[in-house]
Amino acid sequence: MTIGALSPATEPSPAEAAAAAAVAAAAAARRAARRRSVESIAVPIGAIVGALVLFGVFVALTGRNALSVYHEMYRGSFGTWFSFQNTLQRAAPIMLTALATAIPLRLGLVVLGGEGAMVLGGLGAAAIGIHLHTPMSIKLGMFVTGALVGGAWIGIAGALRAYRGVNETISTLLLNYIAIALLNHMVEGPLRDPASLNKPSTLPIGDDNMLGNLPGLDVHWGLGFGLIACLLAWFLMSRTTFGFSARMVGGNVRAALLNGLPVRRLIVIATFLGGLGAGLAGAVEVAAIHGNANASLVTGYGYTGVLVAFIARANPLGVIPVALLLGGIGASGGLLQRVFELPDATVNVLQGVIFISILFSDSLYGRRWGRQKKMVPA
Amino acid sequence: MIKARRVGSWFGRKTLAFGILAGVIGLLPEGRHAPRAEAATPLTIGFVYVGPKTDYGYNQAHAQGAAVVAKMPGVKIREEEMVPETSAVQKTMESMINLDGATLLFPTSFGYFDPHILKEAKKYPNVTFLHCGGLYQEGKHPANVGSYFGYIDEAQYVAGIVAGLTTKSNKLGFIAAKPIPQVLRNINSYTLGARSVNPKATTTVIFTGDWSMPVKEAEATNSLIDQGVDVLTMHVDSPKVIVETAERRGVFVTGYHANQSALAPKGYLTGAEWNWGKVYTDYVNMIQGGKPWPHLLRGGLKEGFVKVSPYGKAVSAAAKKKADAAKAKFMAGTMVIYKGPIKDNTGKVVIPAGSEQKQTDIALEKMDYLVDGVVGKTH
Repeated sequence: MTIGALSPATEPSPAEAAAAAAVAAAAAARRAARRRSVESIAVPIGAIVGALVLFGVFVALTGRNALSVYHEMYRGSFGTWFSFQNTLQRAAPIMLTALATAIPLRLGLVVLGGEGAMVLGGLGAAAIGIHLHTPMSIKLGMFVTGALVGGAWIGIAGALRAYRGVNETISTLLLNYIAIALLNHMVEGPLRDPASLNKPSTLPIGDDNMLGNLPGLDVHWGLGFGLIACLLAWFLMSRTTFGFSARMVGGNVRAALLNGLPVRRLIVIATFLGGLGAGLAGAVEVAAIHGNANASLVTGYGYTGVLVAFIARANPLGVIPVALLLGGIGASGGLLQRVFELPDATVNVLQGVIFISILFSDSLYGRRWGRQKKMVPA
Repeated sequence: MIKARRVGSWFGRKTLAFGILAGVIGLLPEGRHAPRAEAATPLTIGFVYVGPKTDYGYNQAHAQGAAVVAKMPGVKIREEEMVPETSAVQKTMESMINLDGATLLFPTSFGYFDPHILKEAKKYPNVTFLHCGGLYQEGKHPANVGSYFGYIDEAQYVAGIVAGLTTKSNKLGFIAAKPIPQVLRNINSYTLGARSVNPKATTTVIFTGDWSMPVKEAEATNSLIDQGVDVLTMHVDSPKVIVETAERRGVFVTGYHANQSALAPKGYLTGAEWNWGKVYTDYVNMIQGGKPWPHLLRGGLKEGFVKVSPYGKAVSAAAKKKADAAKAKFMAGTMVIYKGPIKDNTGKVVIPAGSEQKQTDIALEKMDYLVDGVVGKTH
């Protein structure tokens, strides 16, 4: 409308000019929107490709052929049906732990506590599982308990932030250590199965009560949970009033307060919801992999989740492909060691390069890519 | 502003070009360099480690064993390090089987056994899984699984003798990960060895809580030295930090898992080392020869499963003599470490006079006490 008002009204009537300008403005808006959506795909992909090129240089410097390294990586992650399932299996828990960071990140909170929430979620699930009796109630009880424990754990950090001004990044990071210490204390003390001699663990939930595989796949149901949780989180954050309020808090907390949004409550709820995902990841680890809780629950998935959430730019839908990418890198890491005798840290280097590259690529949004010099104001 | 934009678009175009290039490269067909599992002729063996191969400790000891196997004829080895005890190790084993063609696997971490190896062994009945530390049970565990371990507390007993005769303060220090039977057995054997030659010696124990805690291990080392301890040993995955800290502080140390003498040329007395090369070669020979292999394999100094590091410069002739005498008794099979009467450090008799527990005694696998002379608690 403003454009219409400012346009020089010479030959056509003002009404016609306004209409034409409105059409032009609408077209420009459509172009801008299209450009934004193209950008939102092209920039991250470009960043990942850029990271792969950089990593290729690194690999070449160690005296290996970068192309054959990439070929083996492809073979180890997506190249065979086995490899692809390996990737899916590795992606499953990090989809869930990523939500612990991704959802609060929408409110501008940097939460690093996925690891602790996952560990305690697993412990809580195992502790409940051994007291229930039918396979169905065991599974259900474990998932609900695991998720709630994880939610409460991150929720505590959220509440400390909202009501006491405690920095959530520091508190969630430190809570991870407390969670691991709690896990060790419980599995070596009150919850220890006396038969677990050299590897202190809780009592097993029993082989018959384990979580099975997805139909037709050699991948456990955790993948299904991960996908569903990401979709639900996406819907919540982009299509509901809650999500809108949450993003408003993230955009400008003063504006949110002036608009009467319950900022504190939103913070607690968002951290709780994020923790649900990580807690569920822990419950799935126990129900699908270990069958009991022990120190093996400390996997680092929580920290990988942070990486995933940032690369996905806190978009729960974006978490899915990014988790698959990192799952694939993890799946191929072993092959790099075995075929090229590259050290294990190689995949960490690649993950780090991708992370930096993605952060850098943030500065590329809104730029003109062609030869035109004129910038369209956003 | 204009300048910045140009830089941006230059970067953008280049990224795009690189992107397309890399994309095309990714689609190229298989190169000749990619090694693959060739037909059945060589025996492909996969080794899986929980930590780094160069940790001067648990994993290095296994990797040294793997290196011995790699030199055998008709054998190809594939190694993967830093594999956590999660579904990741299941996938690593499957990947070795499916992509490398491995038919014999040595997943070396204790925590790989249950549930990971047991699950994969059922899934791949034609692959042999040999695991370090587990307790194979006939009928309960799949037939393509075996477990091996060594009585390394024998070497700890010998190291304890050297420590007991080297200490001036009569205070020995032991930095341990967790109070589990395997670890308690090492602490007790070390202390019994030391007190067999120096009844005044005591061993102060600090548990760090986990297998690899470099910072806590360094703190524990310093704290023990500040308390007057002048000979240290340990049971953690990587003794590197402890050995280096002890050397810097000018105290003596006896090593564990592998030989750490290079890290402490002055203070390294001796150490309890694994000799997995012997175990692995035996297994591979049996399997290559089509002979049956034992599902439960155990051995100590006599069987060559463990060894004592060569003595360092600081070890006195008297200490060498006593230690060699004990070693000779182990080699002859006449030495029993757990011979009553043995009291725990609360005064309770755990092995009465007149009875003894030989290395194969199952009671030793359930040890939950610290012997008299150890300063510390199991919980």
